[in-house]
This record gives sequence, structure tokens and C-alpha cells, in this order.
Amino acid sequence: MALVEYQTVEHDVLVIGAGGAGLRAAIEAAANGVSVGLVCKSLLGKAHTVMAEGGMAAAMGNVDDRDNWRVHFADTMRGGQYINNWRMAELHAKEAPDRVKELEAWGALFDRTPDGRILQRNFGGHRYPRLAHVGDRTGLELIRTLQDHGIHQGLDVHMEVTVLALLKDGDRIAGAFAYDRERGRFRLFKSKAVVLGTGGVGRAFKITSNSWEYTGDGQSLAYHAGAVLQDMEFVQFHPTGMVWPPSVRGILVTEGVRGEGGVLKNRDGKRFMFENIPENYKAQTADNPEEGWKYTQGDKNSRRPPELLTRDHVARMIVSEVKAGRGSPHGGVFLDIAWIKEKIPNSEEHIKRKLPSMYHQFMQLAGIDITKEPMEIGPTTHYIMGGIRVDGDTQMSNVPGLFACGECGAGLHGANRLGGNSLSDLIVFGKRAGEYAAKFAKEHGGVTVDGSQVETIARDALAPFERESSGEGPYQVQESLQETMQDLVGIVRAQHEMEKALGCIEVLKRRAAQVGVRGNREYNPGWHTALDLKNLLTVSEAIARSALERKESRGGHFRDDYPDKDPEYAKFNLVIRKGPGGEMQLGREPIPPMPDHLKAVIEEMK
Amino acid sequence: MSTSVPTPNTSTPMAPSEATTATDAYTAAQAAQDAQAKHATRSFKIWRGDQGKGEFVEYKQDVVEGMVVLDAVHEIQATQANDLAVRWNCKAGKCGSCSAEINGMPKLMCMTRLSDLDAEKPVTIEPMRAFPHVRDLVTDVSWNFRVKKNIQKFTPRKPDAPDGTWRMQQMDSDRVQEFRKCIECFLCQDVCHVLRDHGKHEEFIGPRFLVYTAALEMHPLDTGDRVPELRKEHGIGYCNITKCCTKVCPEHITITDNAIIPLKERVVDEFFDPIGKLVKIYSRRKKT
Repeated sequence: MALVEYQTVEHDVLVIGAGGAGLRAAIEAAANGVSVGLVCKSLLGKAHTVMAEGGMAAAMGNVDDRDNWRVHFADTMRGGQYINNWRMAELHAKEAPDRVKELEAWGALFDRTPDGRILQRNFGGHRYPRLAHVGDRTGLELIRTLQDHGIHQGLDVHMEVTVLALLKDGDRIAGAFAYDRERGRFRLFKSKAVVLGTGGVGRAFKITSNSWEYTGDGQSLAYHAGAVLQDMEFVQFHPTGMVWPPSVRGILVTEGVRGEGGVLKNRDGKRFMFENIPENYKAQTADNPEEGWKYTQGDKNSRRPPELLTRDHVARMIVSEVKAGRGSPHGGVFLDIAWIKEKIPNSEEHIKRKLPSMYHQFMQLAGIDITKEPMEIGPTTHYIMGGIRVDGDTQMSNVPGLFACGECGAGLHGANRLGGNSLSDLIVFGKRAGEYAAKFAKEHGGVTVDGSQVETIARDALAPFERESSGEGPYQVQESLQETMQDLVGIVRAQHEMEKALGCIEVLKRRAAQVGVRGNREYNPGWHTALDLKNLLTVSEAIARSALERKESRGGHFRDDYPDKDPEYAKFNLVIRKGPGGEMQLGREPIPPMPDHLKAVIEEMK
Repeated sequence: MSTSVPTPNTSTPMAPSEATTATDAYTAAQAAQDAQAKHATRSFKIWRGDQGKGEFVEYKQDVVEGMVVLDAVHEIQATQANDLAVRWNCKAGKCGSCSAEINGMPKLMCMTRLSDLDAEKPVTIEPMRAFPHVRDLVTDVSWNFRVKKNIQKFTPRKPDAPDGTWRMQQMDSDRVQEFRKCIECFLCQDVCHVLRDHGKHEEFIGPRFLVYTAALEMHPLDTGDRVPELRKEHGIGYCNITKCCTKVCPEHITITDNAIIPLKERVVDEFFDPIGKLVKIYSRRKKT
């Protein structure tokens, strides 16, 4: 066949993904004196980070001076059910405050305490008010701050460019092969190091808070390039997504609603969260509504309300209410913030000031005034704790020169992520990935790219055009996959369902290989959807295989057939790698023993 | 509503026997609701074409109650026109990607409910007009990114505390936080007649970047001075306060009153003495 045409671009470090993690990595790499290319699938500043609402966790102790990195570390480990990468949890807790302060130096304007410092709010699983925030649009503030700082750092930004595959030079990473959406032309990036900051996999599920971009690109690209994936069974279902009308189902309702005093009620008006408080959280959870309310209003002697237990637990409690027939009219439960009018004067103004986008979102999309009536909510696919296995200090994967940070990396969150630990993850490990990628690029020579590698990728990418209308449409395959994952590998899992899911995935792989697209290469969403399928199928298979293997319930992973935690499964992480014949191989990696000084912290905080 | 006192609980909420169906309960409950949702067939006229050349193509589409315009576009894309180009991301009014002109009004497709549009007439959906056309509903908005790069960056004063942090009152942040709500949808740029009708993209930065400049100029920590550029390269004088930008802003930022007018006042204060100012006002009045 004719040689494929493409443009070649060279950078020392190529960062793929321009959300919080990718941007922070790019800024750091550039600050370390290397040339940096930043590839984003959308326009700059539109990445999924904009949707983060509640805040970023950093133990600054501005609101409660009992807070410090040790408490944050212990909270993160408890939330992750102790299979976290403890080194990452330690670094995260220690470095998050500096990363947040640095954002302020770059122009971020956080909400303030009365004495003029950065205000911190309560969130699920965090012992003290810890989330630096800007109303309920913290993600927008984060991405805009990084974007506006980054554009003056000499980054080469490649907007609306999608990476099709990573390239290698022997064992080492050598760059990426991509296409630009606007013209549909191929672009070859040659680079000494690659940082993945591509986010999550939510689009593999039908009900999700994630945008179309969340198709598991980073995890899949890394896997096919020989990197190891870890903890893929741990998917977080956020307890509060919109449920009505159907078209907005899954859109996130921030945990900040509960942090500000919002309560969950069933059809009968009962606060069902009080009915089942997990043993390891009993000591720090309120046992009556009044104490819970006081906690949300900053009373240091009160314990948190059960609505602010970890997300995995709250999501399952909601599902069990719905299952028991005690749900709200549209298949969820009620989340009520309007009730605080019993407690504070001007509650309407207060709610609008504290939760402006939530007010706006429900008013606009559901015709509900949240200052007057309860919302209806239910769980929505939100986040994947698993991802690319990396070294805790450097964020490098097992492929030399390939780094990962943010949601596409794994380790920090273990079996379940605490709200607010994602934005801080992005900036702590984004910085580290950028720093070490720059170091790697400086210490290693240039790379060569084998042309035949590129030919194959390009041919595969263009194949759907050749089948045109003879093939099935890509949207139908995507939809089938989303239904399969939602129904069979969702919030509550069972062996026979996941086995069925793996069978479906095999069929879907064959269907995906036969899809056809019409039209030309310029800004063609059908073609893009066809190309996304490979990534979606890869991560879906990884999730299903890992979930099948973990025969216990822990954090975000709940097995109907193994509803309890099994201490045996606390000793290792499940890992996935591509076998020599292209098959997916599952393995177990023992968790290294925690050093004594960290063990002491865990003991102390129990 | 009153909250009930918690009762002791004896059964685990997720006993294995409860989940016997293949579909998870949550999905099942949703599906049951979906079956009750009201359907209707609506007509959509969508601009199709490349590089400025094109035409309206009409699509009939089954829609479900509660749908927004972007949902309908997605349905059409999935079932009738796989290659229909549309830019979108969050579908929650937070990223500002899906800007278009709906029934002639600049709006976000994801925040415009079909029930708010006349059901008797086809819904027209066109790309923004102030930017070069790429394909179907997608325009080339890269000009905005170039403009931003040319605005002086944030330069904070020295930290107030030895640990490198600052002290600010919420009251002083409020005004800038309003501007920082901007999601960069560029609808204000699209509606601005200086850009849309007169094409002054080389001489005028448009409402979005006046808001951006205001956010920097009024930032409690910033020490930069962007007033000279505002007057010259950034062309603030072109704005004649028609307030169209404020009207279309999906974030309800009071663009003209809170951002542009105060900036205009700064330009006046810095560049014109009181007598000169009077002369200027006088001569402007004579012309009109």
C-alpha cells in the first residue's frame, strides 16, 4: 500500500492529556528546561477537570488546626482499604498543601476564611474540613489557573488531537502516533519521554458523570505498549448523580451538597444512612441528626453525619433503598438541602451562594428549585481508582520513559477514592511526573521510530472508511458495551454476570473490528467513535477480568457472591499485562510492607 | 420534612439473596421510568457543510421529555448522520464547548431544553458566526486562544505571610470570582457586533477577554498594569455598551456593568485629564 502521510513533530517530553494532571506535568517539565508538547483531545481548558466541583484536599489546617499530613494520610489509607500505594499516599498528604498554595501564586482565587486564608470544607471520609474550594466550581478554577499559567511557559499545545498508539524504540518509549480532528491528518510525535494524563474510563458505562473523552485512552495505550495496569476492578460509583429527566441521568451532584448539610432520605422521609454505619467508621460518625448538622456547621466537637461516609458505602446504601422499593419516584432517593431552612435564616441565599452551579443545574435541566424542594439522585459511574502501575516517587511505569499521573495512574486511592483527593492527586503527581519525565529526557539520548510501526497503526485507523456503510455503525457497538458494563460489571457484581460480560466483550470486539464509517476524515465524530472502541473494549475487559478475580468486597468493588472483606486479598494488587500472544494476563503483585513510621501513623489515627 | 430517629438495624442492606436479577436494581428502576417518559417527534434544521459552504438539512427525530438540544443532536448523529460534526464535552454547562446558534440565539446546546423552544416550528441549529467555519456545527475558535496569550499574565504582590501565603477577604475576592466563573464558551464573542458584523478581530479582544483582563486588573494580589494595552492594542474603545454579551452569558456574568465599564473608567482615569475628558464627551455628542 502507499506510504502513509504524516507530519512529524519532536519534543523532549510529550504530555498526552490536558486536564489538571497533564497541564501540571507540562508546566513542570517546561520549568525544568526541556521542550514540551501538550496534546489534548479537546480544546485547551475543556478537559474533564472542569467538572470537578467540591474541592481539593490538602491538610493545611486553616479551618481546623488539628489537621496535618498524618491525618490526611491515615484518612486516605482507610478510605482505600489499605491496598493503596502507601508511598503515594504519604507523598500526596505531605505535598498537597504546597501545590494548593502554588495555585494561589498563579492566580487561583479560593474562597476565604474570616481571617483571609484559604477556606476548607468538609467532605466524605476526611476527618477535618480539608477541601480548598471555590464555591462548587473548583475544577474550573484549577484548570483555568493552570491553563493561564501554562500558556506563558512556552508549551506547544496540540488541540483536538487524538493519540492512536504509543511508539517504542526497543523497550523504551519513543513518542506517539496521532490524528488531528479538524483535518483528519496524521501526526507523529517523537519524544524521549511521554507523560499520560488522560483521565478515566466512565464512557464504558451507560450511566456516568464523565464526558465523551473518558474512554480509557491512557490505560489502553499504555497496556498495548507493554505497561502494567493495576487495581482495574475498583471503579467508583458516585452516590449522587441526577436521575431525572432521562437525558441528564448521571450528571454529577456534588458531594458538597452533603458537606453543607444536605441529607439523604427515602420515599418515607427517613434518613436511612443512620441505619448502617460500617464498624471502622463508627467512632467518628454522628449517631443522631443534630450532631451531624452541627458537624457540617463547623462544630469541632461533633462527628460527621453518615451521609459523609465514603462514596462506595453511600452508593450501595442508595441502591439497597431502591431495591427495597423505598426509592423516590424516578428510581433514586432524595437529597435534601432545602431542609436547612429550619436551621438558618436566609437559607435560600445561603444555598445559592454555597452551591451556585447545583442551583443552576437543577433549575435549568430539571426545573427543580433546590432551595425549596429535594433533589432526586442515584449512583453514577464517576472514577476509576485503578490504572497504570507506576513508581510512587517518579510516576514512571514499567516501560522506560512512560509516565502516568492523575486518574489514569493507579495506587494513591487503593480500593476507593475520597472526594477531594482527585484534584490534589492531579497537582501533586502531575508535578512529579513532569519533573521526572524532564529528568529522564535529559539523561537519555534521542529515539528512532520504526516506520512500519506507523504504517500498521495508520492502516488500522483508516480501515472503517473502507467498510463504509457495509459495516455496523460505531455508536451501536459503543452503546452495547455501555449496557453490558452497566448491567453486568456495575455497582453490585457477581461471578456469573461478569463471566457473561467477558463473553459479550469478545463478541463486541468482533463487532468493533467490522464497524464502518461514512463521510470524510475531517472532524468526523463517527470515525472518532470507531477509534475509541479499541480503548473502551480494552479497559472494559481489564475491569471485568480483575473484578472476577477479586473474590471479596472491598471499597468500590462489591461482590454479591462474596459480600465480605477477605484479609487474604489485602496482601496484593491485581495487575494486568499484555501477554506474548496478545492475550490479557492477570497477576498478583504483593503489596510491599509499610515502613514503621507510617504504620505508627495508622495506629495512632485508628 | 421531618427526620426520623434512627432505628436499630439488624439486617445487612445488601444480603446476597436480594440481588437475583441479572440487571442491577438501579438500572432496572431507571428503565422502568424511561418507559413512562413522554415522547414526541420534533423537526430539526441543522447547518451541514464545510468551510463556510453549506445548507440546512432537516431531520425528524423522536425526542423524550427533558431533552436538551445537544441530546437531539446526539440522537441524530447516532442514528441518522454519523458524521455530523459537533463539538461538546461535559453536557453539563461547565466546559463551554457546545456553543451554537439555536433559533438564531447564541446558546449552549447542552443547557437549552427542547421544551423551552416552540414545538410547532423546526429547531434551527447553526454554528457560531463570529469565527471561521470548519464543519457542520464546528467553528475554528483558535483566535481566542491567541488573543489570551497576548494579555499580560498574572503577577502577584509579595506574599503577606512568611510561609509564602496571602491574606484576602472574601469580599475582595467576590468581584473577581464572578469573572472567573467564565467557561470560555465564546458566546459573548459570537454575539458582539464588533467581531460578528465588523470583523475587528485584529483590533478588539472582545467581551471574553475584557472580562479576563478585568479579572486580572481587579485581582486582589495582582500588580500588573494592563490599561495602556486596553486602550490601544486591545481596543476597548470599540465597545459601545450594547450589553448583548451580558444577555447571552450562560454563567450570568454581568460582563458590561461589572467588567467592561470599570475598565473603561480606568482607561479614562489613566489617560485623560478632566478637561480633556469633557472635550471628548462633547465632541462625541456632536458626532451622534
